[in-house]
Amino acid sequence: MSQNKVNCGRRRLLAATAVLSGTGGLAAIYPLVVSLMPTDGSDFAEEPLEVDVANLMVGAMMTVNWSGKPLWIIRRTPAMLESLLGSSEALLDPQSQQPQQPSNCVNLHRSIRPDILVVIGTCTHLGCLPIAKFRPGEAENMPADWQGGFLCPCHGATFDLAGRVFKNTLAKLNLLVPPHVFLSENRLLIGADKKGA
Amino acid sequence: MPGRDGSRASRLLAWIDDRLPISSFWRRHFSAYYVPKNLNFWYFFGVLALLVLAIEVLSGIFLAMHYKPVATLNPSGVPFAFASIDRIMLEVPWGWLIRNVHAVGASALFLVLYLHIFASILYGSYRKPRELVWIIGMAIFLITMAEAFFGRLLPWGQAAYWGTTVIFNLLAGIPLIGADLALWLRGGLAVGDATLGRFYILHLLVVPLALLFLAMTHVAALRQVGLNNPDGVEIGSRLDDQGVPLDGLPYHPYFTVKDLLAVVLFLLLFVGVVFFVPEGGGYLLEYGNLSPADPLTTSAHVRPPWYFAPFFCILRSVVWNFFWIDAHLWGGLAMLAAILVPASLPWLDHSPVRSVRYRGPITKILLGLLVFVFVLLGIVGAMPNSPMLDLLARICTFYYFAFFLSMPWWSRLDRYRLPPERLVMK
Repeated sequence: MSQNKVNCGRRRLLAATAVLSGTGGLAAIYPLVVSLMPTDGSDFAEEPLEVDVANLMVGAMMTVNWSGKPLWIIRRTPAMLESLLGSSEALLDPQSQQPQQPSNCVNLHRSIRPDILVVIGTCTHLGCLPIAKFRPGEAENMPADWQGGFLCPCHGATFDLAGRVFKNTLAKLNLLVPPHVFLSENRLLIGADKKGA
Repeated sequence: MPGRDGSRASRLLAWIDDRLPISSFWRRHFSAYYVPKNLNFWYFFGVLALLVLAIEVLSGIFLAMHYKPVATLNPSGVPFAFASIDRIMLEVPWGWLIRNVHAVGASALFLVLYLHIFASILYGSYRKPRELVWIIGMAIFLITMAEAFFGRLLPWGQAAYWGTTVIFNLLAGIPLIGADLALWLRGGLAVGDATLGRFYILHLLVVPLALLFLAMTHVAALRQVGLNNPDGVEIGSRLDDQGVPLDGLPYHPYFTVKDLLAVVLFLLLFVGVVFFVPEGGGYLLEYGNLSPADPLTTSAHVRPPWYFAPFFCILRSVVWNFFWIDAHLWGGLAMLAAILVPASLPWLDHSPVRSVRYRGPITKILLGLLVFVFVLLGIVGAMPNSPMLDLLARICTFYYFAFFLSMPWWSRLDRYRLPPERLVMK
């Protein structure tokens, strides 16, 4: 009897056992992996939200919790709107060509009505919340020709008063303008693009 | 160890030894483990790392008995997790001490690890045959960073909440799979209760187990190759007629006593900090974490803990898109590379000698500059952005990588002296 001879029958059995137990092992990992998926469905819903801006002063900003996201509404002054004209060379996407807003907001002021800006206040770099720096002029850690806008405290990205990102910062997209409609002069519906939606 | 003289104690030892090899373990790791005679204070930090690890485990066990990993709000509107830390600090008897020891211990561990790593670079302790000791050591460093990252979120403070949000969004930038991967790891659309729950178990069990395993492997690999020394000369190559290294002394009692001195000096300093400056000006206990996490505002100045600051600064200094991939992903990769590149030192260093003592001016100047640049990266990383600092950060990042990646050339070019065959006692 040769000692080197492989017992093919046993070898086949060994391979089959390895394949089967391997499959079983992988199948056992599956429930562990999917157990980590989110279970709270409400996290995903972006329910339309009605906001009243009657009390929003000219030149002021309000923050609304919209499905867990900070929604900013800003009533811009004529001077603020004027500041949007000057800075297009310093901006990365001055014409709003990236799909960061609904089609009715592809304009200079990135809004339906020139004065009222509606944006999601989440930095397009890594999701921190930028801070309003509306006062123009030189300030600590701000560029000397600052026209007013937003500064992200995490990595220093800057945005103008239409949420457009400046060049040479870490953020590469303008702030997101969600779909919204005016139900009346002072009532906004966020998250819907036509009335009654 | 007592000899086998037939006394009751030695008979008990013999009985145990027949069943569990404790005598041979003692000889192998303590009484007959030969260590170079000329070790200096740079060799304090390995044993101190073990000590701080033990302090963290002990204080952590007692913290876990009072801490609640729940991010939802309690009836007074404060997240349960945040409130439970307040309770530990204000109501649990001596809780403030246990908590401060644990928090200051985290900084102490990184300080000791940075010095331990620097000692290895100084004396070429990563070189053949200690490559695995070095690589396992760098893995320990990486996993300690993970441990600190998970632990920092547990008090559910603002600074850690936003720091964690940023890291997840960094992962979300990975092409194709990033968004789903981040969602899966986070357990929700934003950092929240689900995230806190998994960070809790990762910090308490999963990472510490890995850390324990790696620390044991690190020491086992070290016992196999023996300790390097400031001269970078192998003591194992010159033995007396008993086969004992001429330049070696047994670890016990000669170096256990030396380590005891290190432990006493360290504990004096550590206890002093814990009692008199536990907050360390916001560097040991972050002021940014003293208010509860708020998903609707980011605090005005988000800065990383000091031990992450150099790597955070490297992340922040990469602002260019390449190959249609966003800058922030490149920044994340640069940060990872900054931790991983030093792991390949054994293959980057082509100098004929190990220790800096016998190397020429190029090594001394470039290594000195590396330390300076690394500290500078840490300082800049802890400050808010400004155009001047961004430029400085980019220059420092460039130097950091250039030091390692051009090492195969400059380490060959440098002058050197051949070390003596026997150790030099200073």
